[in-house]
Amino acid sequence: MKKGLLSPTFLFALLVANIFVYFSNPGKALAVLSSSKNYLLEMLSILPPILVLIGLLEVWVPKRVIEKAMGEASGLKGVLFSLFVGTAGMGPLYAAFPIGASLLRKGASLFNVTIFLCVWASIKIPMILFEIKFLGADFAGLRLALTIPSIIAIAWVLNTALRRSWRYEKN
Amino acid sequence: MAAAFFLFFSWAKDKKKTLASLKFAWKSFRSMALLVVVIIWVIGFLLAFLPPQIISKTIGPEAGFKGVILAALFGSIVLIQAFIAFPLAGSFLRQGANISAIAAFVTTLVMVGVVTAPLEAKFFGKKFTFWRNSISFVFALLIAYIMGVVLR
Repeated sequence: MKKGLLSPTFLFALLVANIFVYFSNPGKALAVLSSSKNYLLEMLSILPPILVLIGLLEVWVPKRVIEKAMGEASGLKGVLFSLFVGTAGMGPLYAAFPIGASLLRKGASLFNVTIFLCVWASIKIPMILFEIKFLGADFAGLRLALTIPSIIAIAWVLNTALRRSWRYEKN
Repeated sequence: MAAAFFLFFSWAKDKKKTLASLKFAWKSFRSMALLVVVIIWVIGFLLAFLPPQIISKTIGPEAGFKGVILAALFGSIVLIQAFIAFPLAGSFLRQGANISAIAAFVTTLVMVGVVTAPLEAKFFGKKFTFWRNSISFVFALLIAYIMGVVLR
């Protein structure tokens, strides 16, 4: 009950803060609103289609398919599959959260879902091309080469640390 | 587009199932929407009050070890799209910024999300969120250090 009230309270606080800023520095307040608007538009163009896809996944893909591809017993194939699915991702990390949660519900292992999340966050083909263009192939290449083992390590540490206490709960 | 395609397919095959999936999508949208608006608004504030000039001063050429840590912290907190972040980082690099600092900034930018943590916690729990972000932060520093050594 308390949790449900948290977001509206924050929203109200932000509104008050924005009005306050407007009176002391109108330009700043408008800058806040305009960049928020840009992010909001981005989110509106990405989130609904992703949620529709998740909805379809929930309904159509049987649990054992995901369990087999990304479950506890999927081994190296599961890791590779998670890597692949992560790179296919579009949009910001927050779009990956509901997908990851859905995969967990369908029986994917925590290890593989962590890999999926981290890969989604950091490895995307268009992003890599962008990085090469602006930061150079050396920089982008080395960062990529270091990121992949790091992701595996992060997933391993996380899985080891949380395994015992981990129970996936709805909401 | 892919979503529309699959939706069409699904509709043709089974209307009831399609409705169920749309209902699911709508329910998750409703449960996320408010929090997402809050997060986006916070990002708006961050971007307005932490303009690139301040970031560039902190992770500029004179920044040492402290600069790397600060760069990693900046990257963790702000949320910038790649098509803005990479040109920005590139311009820092050309101005002579520390390679480790840039690597730390870019890596935490994509991997660590303090602002989006409430949303992450909603889906995966607080513990998972805390650990995923802090472990990623440590690894980002490690990546940054190695890159600084190799690309000097």
